[in-house]
Amino acid sequence: MRYLIRRLGFFVLTLWAAMTLNFFIPRMMPGSPEQALRERFSKGGSVVSPEQLRTVLAEFGFDPDKNILLQYVEYLKAMVTGHWGVSVGSSLGVPVTSLIGDALPWTLGLVGISTVLAFVLGTLIGTIAGWRRGGLIDGIVPPVFIVTSALPYFWVALLLISLFAIGNNPLLPNDFNYEQGLTPGFNGEFILSVLKHGILPAGTILITAVGGWILTMRNNMIATLAEDYVRMARAKGIPNRRIMFGYAGRNAFLPNLSGFAMSLGFVISGTILVEYVFNYPGLGYMFYNATVSTDYPLLQALFLLVTLAVLICVLLCDFAVFLLDPRARTKG
Amino acid sequence: MSAIVAGTATTAPSAGRRPRGGLLRAVMRNRKAMLGAALLLLFVLLAAFPHLFVPWLHGDPRAIGDLPLEGPSGKHWLGTTGLGQDVYAELIYSTRESLVIAIVAGLGATILSVVIGVSAAYLGGFADDGLSMLTDIFLVLPTFPLIIVLATYAGKGNLTVIIFVLILTGWSYGARQMRAQALSLRNRDFLESARVRGERRSYIIVVEMLPTMISLIVANFLGAALYSVLTAAGLQFLGLGDPNSLSWGTMLYWAQNQGALVNGLPAWALSPGLAVALLGVAFALLNYAFDEISNPALRPVRRRRARS
Repeated sequence: MRYLIRRLGFFVLTLWAAMTLNFFIPRMMPGSPEQALRERFSKGGSVVSPEQLRTVLAEFGFDPDKNILLQYVEYLKAMVTGHWGVSVGSSLGVPVTSLIGDALPWTLGLVGISTVLAFVLGTLIGTIAGWRRGGLIDGIVPPVFIVTSALPYFWVALLLISLFAIGNNPLLPNDFNYEQGLTPGFNGEFILSVLKHGILPAGTILITAVGGWILTMRNNMIATLAEDYVRMARAKGIPNRRIMFGYAGRNAFLPNLSGFAMSLGFVISGTILVEYVFNYPGLGYMFYNATVSTDYPLLQALFLLVTLAVLICVLLCDFAVFLLDPRARTKG
Repeated sequence: MSAIVAGTATTAPSAGRRPRGGLLRAVMRNRKAMLGAALLLLFVLLAAFPHLFVPWLHGDPRAIGDLPLEGPSGKHWLGTTGLGQDVYAELIYSTRESLVIAIVAGLGATILSVVIGVSAAYLGGFADDGLSMLTDIFLVLPTFPLIIVLATYAGKGNLTVIIFVLILTGWSYGARQMRAQALSLRNRDFLESARVRGERRSYIIVVEMLPTMISLIVANFLGAALYSVLTAAGLQFLGLGDPNSLSWGTMLYWAQNQGALVNGLPAWALSPGLAVALLGVAFALLNYAFDEISNPALRPVRRRRARS
């Protein structure tokens, strides 16, 4: 129980650190948001009065005249209570929360499904490769997946586009989340369109993410197979399949689980690039747009959200390990 | 940090025990290591003497030509850009910046992780708690979004900004490994004897301890370099680098911007990415090979193990 409380404490502390970074980075960097926004608005041709600018800046807790500590406390309060301000980018004035709400399901669907798929597939292939040491699969697996896991996300995306989505009669669409002109709804046509538009981005994530899981699982499996309890199980004549999954696989899998949670941050990084290449209107693409239009409130909220997502996953995986591994329970 | 690098942690590296015949021999005998080293050597040559690989080019590889958006031909091996620049020449000359980013950021992150990891292990107590907590926090912060936030606030960065953020976001994983290994080394006899001899702490750490950690440090550097190559290219691809710099990421940015794929110029859009991928593969192969060298259990087996 103390272990869990410690993890919870870590969760709160990290979240606080992320929020603090979010607050201080723009203030430490050369130039100021105020100046950037003024330039942006004047480039767009609209004249903004200093008061208007100040109101916009105050929306995300930026007030140059106020005491910085006071600002910080107010900012923390706003972040925790979900007052994330309004966009100052291309969708000026729209609450950040509703912008994020629109994009979230697309990213969750696309990235969520492909990440879990990559993890499950990778773990399975890794288990088999590690079990059959020196076999056919194990001979192919390491070299091939060392290469795929070093490929840049966006390059794989470009490659897939040039293979499947270019030409007079492309096999698959290369941008957006569904055929423009369709009205979203639960009908066959719409769902098919969503699936077709998801194949290439999902394939990109799958190709680049699966290799890491295979390699880590294979290596864990090899280390676990050398343990005494595996030898003992063999001596007792327990069926191979049960040793492979129930004895070795189960224990080799546990360290992977926390790696899985941590790598989510990495996957989210990949999403930004993948969604950018495919113009997929999820959080990643929104992140990109927010940087282009120096939409500070949106950028700030997105970073916080992504950190929160990673932290929740880490916490969930901690709980899972706690439940699955008696050793962790007694140690903590 | 990439999942590949994550793999090295779960199997505890055998501390300081080098394979028979020395590190160099072990590298020479490992096929993955040799392939990775050969690739890396090629890139070093490209970075050092780009003019040797584009002998007909005199002057600026970005010189604007009169044939924009051309496909590959005898004159322009990989075609031309929207401004008529030769893609092949740009590709070769871009090697330098990408390699420099990888090596400098990789070194910086490695040094930081050694300093923080080893001090945490060696100082112990309160300092260890603080440093470990810091490491854990940086470990879970999503790096690429953080980099984007940093780069945007810093005013779309020149090289220094990019390298700075790469180091800042790339050290934590290594620090954790360093701490773990330093902890396991701390109470070994040879360190104890140095302590009894009355050597200073700094001497013990630098002269006695670090040499035994060399294979882990090298593996860490390779992982950090791999991460830097991919991340920097992604950052520049998004347009967050200096748009006038000669690098693969910037080339990709312009290719994407000017619709290279849509305009039927796949060579322009794909070749810089392939270069990034190959440099990444070189680091990944070396990294994995080092893992095999320092952890004999992972080495390929020739003979099928007898099994019922």
